[in-house]
Amino acid sequence: MSAIEGLETAHHHAGEHDHHHEAQNFWQKYVFSEDHKVIAKQYLITGILWAVIGITMSIIFRIQLGLPDSNLSWLKPILGGWISDSGKLDPNFYLALVTMHGTIMVFFVLTAGLSGTFSNFLIPLQIGARDMASGFMNMLSYWFFFLASVIMFASLFLQNGPAAGGWVIYPPLSALPQAHPGSGMGMTLWLTSMAFFIVSQLLGGINYITTVINLRTRGMSFDRLPLTIWSFLITAVLGLISFPVLLSSVLLLIFDRHFGTSFYLSDIYINGEALPNVGGSPILFQHLFWFLGHPEVYIVLLPGLGITSEVIATNSRKPIFGYRAMIASMLGIAFLAFIVWAHHMFVTGMNPFLGSVFMFLTLIIAVPSAVKGFNYITTLWKGNIVFTPGMLFSIGLVSLFVSGGLTGIILGNSALDIQLHDTYFVVAHFHLVMGAASAFGLFAGVYHWFPKMFGRMMSTTLGQIHFWFTFIGIYMVFIPMHYVGIAGFPRRYYQFTSYDFTHKFMDMNMFISIAAILTFLAQFIFLWNFFYSIFKGRRAPQNPWRSNTLEWTAPINPGHGNWEGEIPAVYRWSYDYSKPGAKEDFIPQNIPYSQTLESNFPHENELISLEKTIESQNFNDQFNSAH
Amino acid sequence: MYIIIALVALLFIVLVGVVVSKLQGVLKGINKAESTEVDTSGNKVNGAMFIIVLLIGAVAITWSYLHAREFFLPEASSIHGRRTDDLFWFSMGILTIPFIIVNFLIFFFAWKYQHKKDHRATFYPENHRLELIWTIVPAVVMALLVFTGWKAWSDITSDAPRDAEVIEITGKQFNWIARYSGVSDNKLGNYNYKLIDPQNEVGIDLSDENSFDDFTNPSELHIPVNRPVLLKIRARDVLHSVFIPHMRVKMDAVPGMPTKFWFVPDKTTAEMRAELGDPKFDYEIACAEVCGQGHFSMKMRLVVEDEASYKKWCAEQATFLQTYPEYLAKVPENLKAKAMKYVPAEAAAPAAPADSTTSGGGVGTSSSLR
Repeated sequence: MSAIEGLETAHHHAGEHDHHHEAQNFWQKYVFSEDHKVIAKQYLITGILWAVIGITMSIIFRIQLGLPDSNLSWLKPILGGWISDSGKLDPNFYLALVTMHGTIMVFFVLTAGLSGTFSNFLIPLQIGARDMASGFMNMLSYWFFFLASVIMFASLFLQNGPAAGGWVIYPPLSALPQAHPGSGMGMTLWLTSMAFFIVSQLLGGINYITTVINLRTRGMSFDRLPLTIWSFLITAVLGLISFPVLLSSVLLLIFDRHFGTSFYLSDIYINGEALPNVGGSPILFQHLFWFLGHPEVYIVLLPGLGITSEVIATNSRKPIFGYRAMIASMLGIAFLAFIVWAHHMFVTGMNPFLGSVFMFLTLIIAVPSAVKGFNYITTLWKGNIVFTPGMLFSIGLVSLFVSGGLTGIILGNSALDIQLHDTYFVVAHFHLVMGAASAFGLFAGVYHWFPKMFGRMMSTTLGQIHFWFTFIGIYMVFIPMHYVGIAGFPRRYYQFTSYDFTHKFMDMNMFISIAAILTFLAQFIFLWNFFYSIFKGRRAPQNPWRSNTLEWTAPINPGHGNWEGEIPAVYRWSYDYSKPGAKEDFIPQNIPYSQTLESNFPHENELISLEKTIESQNFNDQFNSAH
Repeated sequence: MYIIIALVALLFIVLVGVVVSKLQGVLKGINKAESTEVDTSGNKVNGAMFIIVLLIGAVAITWSYLHAREFFLPEASSIHGRRTDDLFWFSMGILTIPFIIVNFLIFFFAWKYQHKKDHRATFYPENHRLELIWTIVPAVVMALLVFTGWKAWSDITSDAPRDAEVIEITGKQFNWIARYSGVSDNKLGNYNYKLIDPQNEVGIDLSDENSFDDFTNPSELHIPVNRPVLLKIRARDVLHSVFIPHMRVKMDAVPGMPTKFWFVPDKTTAEMRAELGDPKFDYEIACAEVCGQGHFSMKMRLVVEDEASYKKWCAEQATFLQTYPEYLAKVPENLKAKAMKYVPAEAAAPAAPADSTTSGGGVGTSSSLR
């Protein structure tokens, strides 16, 4: 379909561009759009809405944990019966909040909101394609996500509350409605929503992979791809392999819940009744879940790292250090991501020998991660750094990624995990390395590509203030949370007054909660900046960050098909910043070596002879494919 | 105290924000003329912020660490616990080095190499030797940590010594139930989840003669000091996880899949009370796997005592059959004589005919016995 439309545009591109767009009505253009840029914005806006909901939930339970004496009656208009007459949060609803916060942030914000937005937006623009390989599938991907969102959102309003067994929904708790109110209709909707979500991810992932492999422009070989595209490609492959496993585990759970099978259930006596199920294993679910769950961590994080690579290189005015090592370490991380899942299960009764194997494999991941960290730092070294908000968030990401990653080495050590498993140490660890780091990647991406998305600039000053609030706030929340974890506080506890060993650190928990609230409030700076700038921001110049990648050669407000006329050809990698001898401190990818004789290295001069061949190719332009 | 610090930090950031925005206004006037130049508004302030945050952060983390230290890793009371504690602090010590170096470099470089007009960054795309160094160094350190961790892990998860005291602990919504093998045969009897009822909470199978002297306790777990204790862990309804913070013990309780954990406690409750100077101190068992509404309060008291008092305590406990003599009816005929030994004489006589009418009397007797 897009090819036909494309043909039409090809005929018109000489002048009357508007004529073509009249054919699309409002619904085709903004709602059921097949344009990757519109779909990316849909993902972004939906993701932001979900983030507001998800983070608000965390603030409610942080109030419960840090300020247990506070009267929550003021929340009654929203939460109704979940707040008792004395102003206390219902313990069941506390678990529901924890569960939904995890689900929303991991899947709906950091998977769909991050990789959905930037894979969609950047892949065609940075590889030089008119659109995704299949615009229709891309549209379906968003609308399946939207359907999943609607179902998940609806579950928040159930009488018995949404799913509440933790975002990992371990059976039997999640399988038995009699075990917990959240395991009834709430869990049914959770499972249904996740099934649609997985469909959406698969449709999107297939598209990303196909587009990157097939639709690169002339000269855009794999070793000239920006690291953003490498990260999106690897992320999509990870998702494509691991999400189907989650779907199968979800399906088996649905069977157990509704059709009387015993995949995960065995020897259960509950509510005065011995259930007939025998032979199932709850551990099976955990294996299946974490086979997705661990790669999911990297599905969330890798796009952030890709965005960071691009933003740090651009704003340091330096090539990314160790381009090939960066790709190799991402491939290494992606591969290892599939064979470390059981480090989430050291104390589940799994065979201890397996624990040893998984400890060994887990700690290997530290090596490629360390390489990435050091490469970022070396990229900063002797740079000429411009602190755009995107750059600040990228630097912040590296700091969070390293700080949070280091404690992973403790947790990956099965002997140490015995004490720390399911304590706040784990919570602090993954919030730093996966939650906050990925969120910083999302912020960096939004600030950096906002001009391309909306043709306007966000306020730099507000962005910088937003960064410092968020960065300091994140550390103020999660460094003390490590302390609470080392003291042995278990996670998902409604309150800490039941035990002597948790009857301390009241002040520390209060501090964490207050820091969390401040950090949360700081996000409104971003929201205001974002929505205000869409309509009222300063008009963006063609290439505001003086960047090398292809998207900045497209019109400021790219129309359908991204480039008017021919798609630019690519002659060099995307990191020729501050090249010795060059006139400017950046040379975009579409500038041939023949025009930069003063800055070419000897081996690059040899490539000049290939330029004619590259120019004469035209096989990847969807608009010209019919010729 | 913390609130004050939070407020100070907040005030500080707001001030910085104001300065930045003021500066922005000034810079705007300058920048307008040269629109091709890259927009570097607020660059100086943000560069300085990196150094300020680095310094304040270093002080704040050090201070808060020292302040919070007293609550870290509650005093270990088991042999393997002290070993993993040492390993934890050893790993933490090693990891603090890259934590400090890397964060210092990030913040310092950000400040040092901030944008200068007419200055150009160094074109430095790769250096294989550097890449090699920071691949190999972390790999070697990891190998060291893996090796120490693996040794500890395989020792901790090895089979329990033969003389270990075997105690069964069963998790249910929302408490733990301990079952002891009894003083006569030192063997836990069989169980079956289908035999569970309001009295027989862990499904003791009375057709197994080993279960005749078993006794249960839903509120306290007593264990002997300086002797291996093997916990056989079960769950009745959903996942739970036995967590004994002071013993560094954690193991999930899984319905349908018994798990185990063995350890050697080496400080009695009394010794710990003296050591901590807290006469009210008690070891506690918590649940570490979310299990529903009461997850946060699935508490059981753990009592560690010397061998003699432990033996004495065990001997004082009424066996399950003593508490509920009516269950004698479930004992097969050929084992009845054996089972009689564990049933109080006055209860045994009426209980023998296995009549439902006797159950009331049986319970009455047992409660008076207790």
